[in-house]
Amino acid sequence: MAKVKCAWFDFTSCEGCQIELTNFGEPFVELLEHVEPVEFREAMSEKTEEQIDVAFIEGSFSREADRRRLEQIRARASIVVAYGACAVSGGVNAMKNHTSDYAEEVYGEDAKRPHLASQKALPIAEAIKVDFIIPGCPIDKAEFVRVVEQLVHGTTKVYVPSYPVCVECKRRETLCRYDDNDHCLGPIARAGCDAPCPADGIPCEACRGMIDNPNEAAMEKVLVENGKLPERWAKDKTRMFTANHRGDA
Amino acid sequence: MSKNVNINVHHLTRVEGHGNIVVNVTDGSIEQCQWQVPESPRFFEAMVRGRHYSEVARITSRICGICSVGHTLASLKATECALGIKVSKQTDRLRRILKHAENFDSHVLHVYFLVAPDLLGAPSVFPLVPTHGDVVKRALRMKRLGHEWGSLIGGRTTHPTRAVVGGFSSLPGGARTVREGEANLRELKEKLLGCVPDAVETFKLLGDLAANIPAFDRPTEYIGLVDDVEYGLYDGQVGTLMPDGTREIIDVQDYRSVTNEYVVDQSTAKYCKHNLDSYAACALARVNLNYDMLHPEAKKIAEGLGFAAPCFNPYMNSVAQFIEAVHSVYMTVQFIDEVLADGLKDEKPVEPTKFGKGAGATEVPRGILFHEYAYDDEGFCTMGNCIIPTGQNHANIQGDFDKLVPELLAADKSEKEMELALEMLVRAYDPCISCSTHYLDVTFKK
Ligand code: SF4
Ligand code: SF4
Ligand code: SF4
Repeated sequence: MAKVKCAWFDFTSCEGCQIELTNFGEPFVELLEHVEPVEFREAMSEKTEEQIDVAFIEGSFSREADRRRLEQIRARASIVVAYGACAVSGGVNAMKNHTSDYAEEVYGEDAKRPHLASQKALPIAEAIKVDFIIPGCPIDKAEFVRVVEQLVHGTTKVYVPSYPVCVECKRRETLCRYDDNDHCLGPIARAGCDAPCPADGIPCEACRGMIDNPNEAAMEKVLVENGKLPERWAKDKTRMFTANHRGDA
Repeated sequence: MSKNVNINVHHLTRVEGHGNIVVNVTDGSIEQCQWQVPESPRFFEAMVRGRHYSEVARITSRICGICSVGHTLASLKATECALGIKVSKQTDRLRRILKHAENFDSHVLHVYFLVAPDLLGAPSVFPLVPTHGDVVKRALRMKRLGHEWGSLIGGRTTHPTRAVVGGFSSLPGGARTVREGEANLRELKEKLLGCVPDAVETFKLLGDLAANIPAFDRPTEYIGLVDDVEYGLYDGQVGTLMPDGTREIIDVQDYRSVTNEYVVDQSTAKYCKHNLDSYAACALARVNLNYDMLHPEAKKIAEGLGFAAPCFNPYMNSVAQFIEAVHSVYMTVQFIDEVLADGLKDEKPVEPTKFGKGAGATEVPRGILFHEYAYDDEGFCTMGNCIIPTGQNHANIQGDFDKLVPELLAADKSEKEMELALEMLVRAYDPCISCSTHYLDVTFKK
């Protein structure tokens, strides 16, 4: 079987998702028996003119100037995979989307410079067609391998769970954050990560996005009544990773 | 000498984030010689406003995936300072171990994946798989060790879960009992000692490649943490070292008097300067500042690689990183022994005693990092400021360019050789320019 030609590209992001790919250790060499990296700016000087089988895109679409680069990638690639919350939903970058003074806050007077014109942080899919997604901030390495396996075998559908993180959390027999005087977004968060955060003693922040049809009003009520969060916090809670999933986005 | 050179490296490869190199020489005279950063801004300081103190490190960790442990720790320290929290001895030691893990992890990545290809004459690490398979496997093995080491303490190395305001949310390895936690630490110690043969092989490789490191000196001011407990990395005060050996110590809370950010017209990021027009904050700065505090085994490596502090060659930063990687292995073994000697305890994170303003600093692989926050009396953030090391190094990289380009021209180097020399210089600093907290864009000269 010919190796699958893969290329990696990054936009507005922390590049943490590509760093996760370097954490496999020696098994990474095995992965290289099936995929051939043809372009990966952070790790390679090589660039390719050939058609790319799979383009992995990390980072949000947050500058109109990036649209052309995204369209070029789409034209060169047979399959486009958005990986990481930034690319899938806008991720943490979208936290500022509901405000208008963020540039002044960081740059002061300089914010008026034209090159600082930045738009809302949006998913890659707002600019080009995306075939598959790998959510998470950062991505889960095991899920990445699962998706690559499927792509190598020519799968046309990649499964992302639609049930909430609570399911995986219960399966692990983790003490619920709500029973430890804390709060958690597990009930509306999309599973697939195996709920590492509650297991480590911190709330799930829904870094993989929300489930389909989340009941946001009920979640807010739970945060206030069971999580003891002040109203203002409960209202803003889901802006951290899921600002673009909110009903008011 | 009537020479024309036109170098335009758009989005330099094998660095974190996006940077451009532009050099124009017409008839032997330099018209333009610039290091530019067109990274897209992400506005973190605006994003933390209104967030609860327990969320802030989780957000600012996302400034940079490769230094996320450092961002988390700098953020926690700043918040703890603002909230009047003093963490336990055990938390302090475990955080030091976590910091060493990140330093090792990132340095291995830099030395093997980003610098070694230049020295071995390959465009990237991938073509080395068939020709230098053992080198690549060793690199991946060491990288994996760094990841397991940090994950054992922090839960994850990219955006650690367990490091929280006031301490840790769970025991090492997610253990449910202290006994299990202690066993996990012992196992880590064995793994670390088991990596010594790989470190020795890396030492030999670097020794063989050292001849390819360009000879170039530009004394500058070096800035980094200096600490009473150990070599400045996790904690301490701001130390500065001038080329003539003069030293100064500045309180972390006065960090703005060190960084003095300013905007330059022709360029990109906010620049920083202290006593001179520029300063260096990187592994080289740390080794120059703290050489005496290095572990004896790390000093042996330094001597073996011909490294003598103070070293004024920025290309030697990669060597300084490897010296630190070895230091981190031995210091972690020491801190594990200390934690075990006192007996691991299941501690609850320390609670706030006030709400105010505070700054925190830690060293990330690329240099000193500052975070500062203010909180209202319900614990919600009202102000945030983050100053990353790459931002602090930009002016120094530009200063190196200004000295290096005329030297290369005088030595009659070809355009290709000059381009490689400049690329290698930027890579030596290991710039993490994705940490775009303070970037402005560039205008291209057509
Ligand atoms: S999804 Fe998270 S880890 Fe991945 S690039 Fe974005 S901020 Fe970084
Ligand atoms: S800790 Fe969170 S994810 Fe787990 S069961 Fe409770 S609410 Fe659900
Ligand atoms: S538990 Fe929640 S925050 Fe943690 S990785 Fe899973 S979805 Fe993300």
